[in-house]
Amino acid sequence: MATLDLQGIRKVFGATVALEELSLAVKSGELVSLLGPSGCGKTTALRIVAGFEAPTAGDLLVDGKDFVGVPAAKRNMGMVFQAYSLFPNMTARQNVEFGMRMRKVSRDKCRKRAEELLGLVGLAERVGNYPHELSGGQQQRVALARALAIEPAILLLDEPLSALDAKVRVELRQQIRGVQTRLGITTLYVTHDQEEALSISDRIAVMSQGNLEQIGAPADIYRSPRTEFVANFVGLMNGFEGRLQSADTVLVGASGRPVPVTETNACVAGDSVMVMIRPESIGLRELVDGAAPPEGTFEGKVVMHTFLGSVTRVTLSSDLGDLVADEPSLRALTMPPDTRVAVQIDPAGVRMLKR
Amino acid sequence: MATVAAGVRQSPKRARPKRRHMSFWTWFWLIMAALYFLVPLFSTLLFSLDTGAHQYGFKWYAKTFADPQFRSTLWLSLRIAIETVIIGLVLMVPTVYWIHLRLPQLRPVMDVISILPFVVPPVALVVGLSGAFNVMPWLLSNWWLILPLVYVILALPFTYRSLDAGMRAIDVRTLTEAAQSCGAPAWKTLLFVILPNIRTAMLAGAFLTLAIVMGEYTISSLLLFNTFAVYIYYIGNTQAYQASALAIISFALTWGAMMALLLFSRGRGRAGGVGQGAVGGR
Repeated sequence: MATLDLQGIRKVFGATVALEELSLAVKSGELVSLLGPSGCGKTTALRIVAGFEAPTAGDLLVDGKDFVGVPAAKRNMGMVFQAYSLFPNMTARQNVEFGMRMRKVSRDKCRKRAEELLGLVGLAERVGNYPHELSGGQQQRVALARALAIEPAILLLDEPLSALDAKVRVELRQQIRGVQTRLGITTLYVTHDQEEALSISDRIAVMSQGNLEQIGAPADIYRSPRTEFVANFVGLMNGFEGRLQSADTVLVGASGRPVPVTETNACVAGDSVMVMIRPESIGLRELVDGAAPPEGTFEGKVVMHTFLGSVTRVTLSSDLGDLVADEPSLRALTMPPDTRVAVQIDPAGVRMLKR
Repeated sequence: MATVAAGVRQSPKRARPKRRHMSFWTWFWLIMAALYFLVPLFSTLLFSLDTGAHQYGFKWYAKTFADPQFRSTLWLSLRIAIETVIIGLVLMVPTVYWIHLRLPQLRPVMDVISILPFVVPPVALVVGLSGAFNVMPWLLSNWWLILPLVYVILALPFTYRSLDAGMRAIDVRTLTEAAQSCGAPAWKTLLFVILPNIRTAMLAGAFLTLAIVMGEYTISSLLLFNTFAVYIYYIGNTQAYQASALAIISFALTWGAMMALLLFSRGRGRAGGVGQGAVGGR
């Protein structure tokens, strides 16, 4: 177990700035995800940690020791790649043994540990198979075992699940988290999949255009995004222009509809704000026989449904503008398109950013 | 239930995949092509077995094998071919690997360089070499090295393109980085990870080099080396029957090398597995 410190890491490729000035500290045994869209610099950051790229400026410290300039082969960092990276000429066991062989571990120990690790990732019966005889998910599990075999100080995972189908992705990410927790290994995980990052990380570092937008626990990132980018990238968000009227009310949209709030995020009355409401913070109730919406609610009309399984995403039109609300599917089915509904916003689910 | 059973029951006359019938013209051109290659070969074989008075035997073969010049020239050509293959691979494998790994922008340049030996005539190559003797006199004292060095250039298009194709079939960068993250230094990465996965490409390059060197006449003749090709030419000018036997032997050697290539390339594992796994799955 080791700590990892990136201090002011900058990386420039020709005229392109891949990383502006990234500073990030990963605690011992922690799993931190670098989350962001393609081209945000997350993979570049990981490759700098791995030693495949040299930073243009900044310091990289592992357990307080400067690692800039240390060759990748001497960093003792296990890595799982996005592309299937198993050595095609070696069996699963030989792949796992490879790193230990490079460290001159005895043949018996290599064999024993390889079998242990392949058992750990659920491939005890596949030790003699070549990569082309394994499915994508199995190949990535072997790659994980190979990365762990060298007892790395830090485990690096570069979108290891992106080539797999949805079901395998969910299974494997749980397995990765399970193994990481059991071994207590410091891990840096790169992904563009917010669900993946939210489900397995101790902390998430959201990146955009070479900058760190926000770092925090998954729940904090989701509930309290600090920038509009984070709010829109992590989860779905209804965003409106608004103005804070008082400590507990914000006027939303062109109509200036008052919406109660519980948290003002350091905004003061009179501030222009961006009002953000998560779909699950919006409640709907059907209005029958021309009834007026009850107090504390306002009227909306169902435009369309997107069925997501247990939840249905309902798109509404209202005087705030278009709104998206998540409703339990059983209830949403009772509100077909064109249904008049009373819209209620949970004050605890409203977030604000100062404009 | 009956409905389900009826639904899944299969007809006793199960539909077989249709056998593709080749048209008359397909057969015609196929046979013509086969005849084009086989008739001269068969005629040469027949001629090489002709011992006179409508009698056939292995007289000319026996005579050829008994000729000490046959053995010495064949051995010389084989030795030069092996030296050429070794020098070519030692020079080109790391070069092509490095180009794929770090300098992919140089690939178009290498593509052009690699076809230069096709453009420069062998005679011009020899004239150029004679100029090199003046600049590098040590070449004269290491005469035995000259032909392999020249042949490395001559075989460059085949060596480079085989290796290039082999490296394209695998994800050189990911495999190298995976090996490095496991703690392998560059030379071990090349030896244990890259080379086994481009084995077929290396063998293809080696075989093509072997075929070129065994049959090359102009350069060896101009540089006064008595190679197998020079020997065949000499015999061809003096003894027609024995020349036919030599041609068949040469052909058999080439085919033998090709078969050896096929056998060696049928190893376990599979190159080019990177990025080719079954996506999804268990």
